[in-house]
Amino acid sequence: MAGDKVVVLGTYVSMFSMRAQVALNEKGIEYEKKEEDLANKSPLFLEMNPVHKKIPVLIHNGKPVCESLIIVQYIDEVWHDKNPLLPSDPYQRAQARFWADFVDKKVYDCGRRIWATKGEEKEAAKKEFIGIMKTLEGELGNKPYFGGEDFGYVDVALIPFYCWFHAYENFGNFKTETECPKLVEWAKRCMQRESVSKSLADPHKIYEFVVSLKKKLGIE
Amino acid sequence: MAGEEVILLSVYASMFSMRVRIALAEKGVKYELKEEDLTNKSLLLLEMNSVHKKVPVLLHNGKPILESLIIVQYIDEVWHDKNPLEPSDPYERAQARFWADFIDKKVPCKISLQWAAKGEELEAAKKEFIEALKVLEGELGDKPYFGGEEFGYVDVALIPFYSWFHAYETCGNFKIGAQCPKFAAWAKRCMQRESVSKSLADPEKVYDFRALTGLQIFFIIYMFDFYCLNSLDFIRSQVRLLLNFVIRISSKQAVCY
Repeated sequence: MAGDKVVVLGTYVSMFSMRAQVALNEKGIEYEKKEEDLANKSPLFLEMNPVHKKIPVLIHNGKPVCESLIIVQYIDEVWHDKNPLLPSDPYQRAQARFWADFVDKKVYDCGRRIWATKGEEKEAAKKEFIGIMKTLEGELGNKPYFGGEDFGYVDVALIPFYCWFHAYENFGNFKTETECPKLVEWAKRCMQRESVSKSLADPHKIYEFVVSLKKKLGIE
Repeated sequence: MAGEEVILLSVYASMFSMRVRIALAEKGVKYELKEEDLTNKSLLLLEMNSVHKKVPVLLHNGKPILESLIIVQYIDEVWHDKNPLEPSDPYERAQARFWADFIDKKVPCKISLQWAAKGEELEAAKKEFIEALKVLEGELGDKPYFGGEEFGYVDVALIPFYSWFHAYETCGNFKIGAQCPKFAAWAKRCMQRESVSKSLADPEKVYDFRALTGLQIFFIIYMFDFYCLNSLDFIRSQVRLLLNFVIRISSKQAVCY
């Protein structure tokens, strides 16, 4: 739609920002990405998300939309002509929402515990993480994407975590590819899409970010 | 729609189950209610929600839909002719989803207003709870409902917690209505709708449900203590710590259900 102004407030490393970017790229929407410094939040940011003060925030013609999955659904509904992300059937849609919600409930926290803890707690987090990935692999089955033949909502929800795998694997001392080869195959397939490869951060930069974050937080 | 089979796996005191019951009632959908015993989950529940093993579960012609807000959206989409719950405009819809998500993040499990929480922890929990309600009051503003003129998605998401207020107030020794009068007025307005008044649990029964769950756990500890009277104090104190941990986890789960 001509004349639309779209801004994404996000950070380079945030999987949640990446979701919004992947969705916008899938729809071919031009947008401005503003990098937020979370230690020094901008007035725009605090005005646009006063409730949670979290990124990402999508600003569409001056109006804010918050929470990454809500943003992705909004993008899908407004720019519905191209590359639909959510299925059209209500039951399939409910299943897609369930699995995106599963990713939200499980992956981030568990991943964080891998790099933020040590000893037994780290081992437990690693086991849990592999368990979660295996469950997702089960749901993927033999489909090319979680969305079936086409890249869809659950793929958008999960793929940004792929650039964090290198950090998780280094700190947790495991290889996702060994434990969940089908899932890594899926991730590589997604990475061939320009909408994804343009939006995901460099895994090595993520690793360096986590190293410096651990130092800042005083975590060994 | 003739020939539809709709079953709801539910727990009487669960706010999340109540959301689904309200949505089905708003749409005038006939359904079979199956009450689950969370200490002895049915095979049907375990099969239909193998991932989380939680209620509510909606079974529509044999196919399961999970997670209360996802179920409410599904109901709204399938039975879209009557009493629409989500707004039709994408931006308004995103706002409604945001507030329902806020409710899920801030209202239920952060509350440790259980029989076991006391002192500073209880005061902190009360403060956080009231703050969340005040933010919601701000969002409500002067509108009759969160949905505007019409009862909608956010109202469905929030009103079931009203049936738990009596339990929170009794455990926490405070009056929510006194601190959040606008909220109390909105809740009473919602209760005038038959879909709501028929779906919400009786606040006295909810309080008993909480007390009973707590009592069962208390009894386990009491029996264990009695049994270990002559055992090593050290082992006993370690296991007591573990049981206290179990209280927290299972109490948290009871609230979440």
